[in-house]
Amino acid sequence: MTRLTRTVLTLGLLAGLAGPARAAEPIKIGFLAPMTGSSAAYGQMMREGVALAQAKTSQVLGRPVELLLADTRSDRVEAANAANRLIMRDQVVAILGPFSSSEGLAAGPVAEKARIPLLTAWGTNPLVTQGKRYVFRTCFVDTFQGQVAASFARHNLKAQTAAVLLDVGSDYSVGLAKFFQKSFVALGGRVVLSSHYSGGDQEFGPQLAAIKDQAPDLIFLPAVLPEVPLIVRQARELGLTQPIICGDSAQTEETLQIAGPASEGLYFTTHFDEQAVVGEAGKHYVREYRRVYAKTPDPLGAPGYDGYLILLEAMARAGSTDPEALVRALEQTRDFPGVCGNISIVGRDAVMPAVILSVKDGKFQYVATVEP
Amino acid sequence: MDALQQIINGLTLGSLYALIAIGYTMVYGILRLINFAHGDVLMVGCYIAWFGATMFGLPWWAALMGSMALTALLGVLIDQGAYRPLRKAPRISALITAIGVSFLLENLGLVVFGGRPKAFERPEIFNQLLQWGDLRVLSLSLWVPVITALILAGLLFIIHRTRLGMAMRALSRDLVTVQLMGIDTNRVVAATFALGSALAAAGGIFWAMKYPQINPLMGVLPGLKAFVAAVLGGIGNVTGALLGGLLLGMCEILLVAWLPELAGYRDALAFVLLIGILIFRPSGIMGEELPE
Repeated sequence: MTRLTRTVLTLGLLAGLAGPARAAEPIKIGFLAPMTGSSAAYGQMMREGVALAQAKTSQVLGRPVELLLADTRSDRVEAANAANRLIMRDQVVAILGPFSSSEGLAAGPVAEKARIPLLTAWGTNPLVTQGKRYVFRTCFVDTFQGQVAASFARHNLKAQTAAVLLDVGSDYSVGLAKFFQKSFVALGGRVVLSSHYSGGDQEFGPQLAAIKDQAPDLIFLPAVLPEVPLIVRQARELGLTQPIICGDSAQTEETLQIAGPASEGLYFTTHFDEQAVVGEAGKHYVREYRRVYAKTPDPLGAPGYDGYLILLEAMARAGSTDPEALVRALEQTRDFPGVCGNISIVGRDAVMPAVILSVKDGKFQYVATVEP
Repeated sequence: MDALQQIINGLTLGSLYALIAIGYTMVYGILRLINFAHGDVLMVGCYIAWFGATMFGLPWWAALMGSMALTALLGVLIDQGAYRPLRKAPRISALITAIGVSFLLENLGLVVFGGRPKAFERPEIFNQLLQWGDLRVLSLSLWVPVITALILAGLLFIIHRTRLGMAMRALSRDLVTVQLMGIDTNRVVAATFALGSALAAAGGIFWAMKYPQINPLMGVLPGLKAFVAAVLGGIGNVTGALLGGLLLGMCEILLVAWLPELAGYRDALAFVLLIGILIFRPSGIMGEELPE
């Protein structure tokens, strides 16, 4: 924590020093992230990535960028309130974030109503941007993610049957489970059981016992921290040895540490992995991340880094911070060379590659990159 | 076989609820205060044990003992700093203060420890996987009920066979009169907080061994569930807390096992049980009707 604080302070200081000598009015951008509450772990990862992006590009249109962090407290209602506060009180010209699809579904309408562009780099549920004019995303959509997971399960893991275990309280989990199921069935597979839990649960014995009875070839687990490692560990302790496929938000160091040897045989569909990086932007990101934070790059930092830079690049192309001009510029984002690959915005959603990872010997192992 | 597996699951979870519920019930019995910070005290206890084990390389039992002692001290400090000044204030003031202390500990935890969960090592003795045919049980799942029973026996001994216990029992009947008899009530209350918090630490550490991770918000749900368990059993009654804990743990596990489509409503079940007991038997299973 102290190291993080120090790094953030240093970054802030560097950004300040690099700023222009003349006193230009800063451009205010809101940054919505869960800094407290159950997703606080993710909030910290997001902030690291965005801080790196700001250190790289700290001004646009000849004005310094001021990033205003607002805490969603991992809560839908608070996410909407925080978005409102950023727009009304702080008069931001755009918002980056929030994290979860649930938060995005709450904050999106606020931004839409105020006609302030909101750009989430993490909310993957299709409903987040659906029917909106001012809400964009720079991460992939769960319809795509579900398809990637299902195709990998059918073709690479040769699974005939699958069981799904999902969090009924999370829009992300419910949506991703649905899209996986649809694609898996379309590819000739069979979903034998769909079992539920709710966020905050720690005992999954009964659900896992029910899955064991069905003996599926594979378990699909669209879950997040802190449940993922607990579920995986309890599954292995119960004698479930099947491969388990998780979604993007499960790919964290904690998953490996807490699940321990139980994490062997886990697979992830995700945005970023160090070994998957090909472009110059990605290499630069990995180098900088290691230098500043002295650890393996966390998965959620990279989309934030890309999101911030896409927003600034669109602002530069728009030539102003006018919302309408910014929306048009965002719509025209094509092949942005991001850390997570080349990103284009089609409609309101990003079209970009997905990465598949596995776990071998307690480490993430790059398997493949799936182009859209 | 499957039923046996679920019953063992329920027994373990229930014992953990019981260990935590006892702390709630003891404080309530004496001060009529629902100490909502109890779950967060548990979280601090886990972090202390974690630091003890990973930073200082203490064996698990030493980390457990050390954490229980330090957490007991924390309980006493919370009582002194937050609750004692309000002893004569309306009960609702102390209740709201308890919620405040709970938020304080949670957010302090986020700042000091960070929001990212930490892996909690499970000692070798608890990590054996026992197998009979299709039945697979972690040795920890069998140890937890045994340890809970031992701790409860010790506690009942203190309450019924020692002078401190006698003072506690007297205090729970009538605080003012006991004070008039020349007993230092503040010391007895402090001892109650110390015992309750030490039990919270023990419960939390076994919780963290069973679900091997800790984070600053880990105490919220066990705290709430233990509160329900305490009310189920009859708040103020230690044996009742045990029964309430076991009942709640069993019900939760069996609900999910038998009605898997309702699994997402597990927490709701706990609160439905709470509402039910408040309507039909407000004093709980073991509670006695006390004249107001």
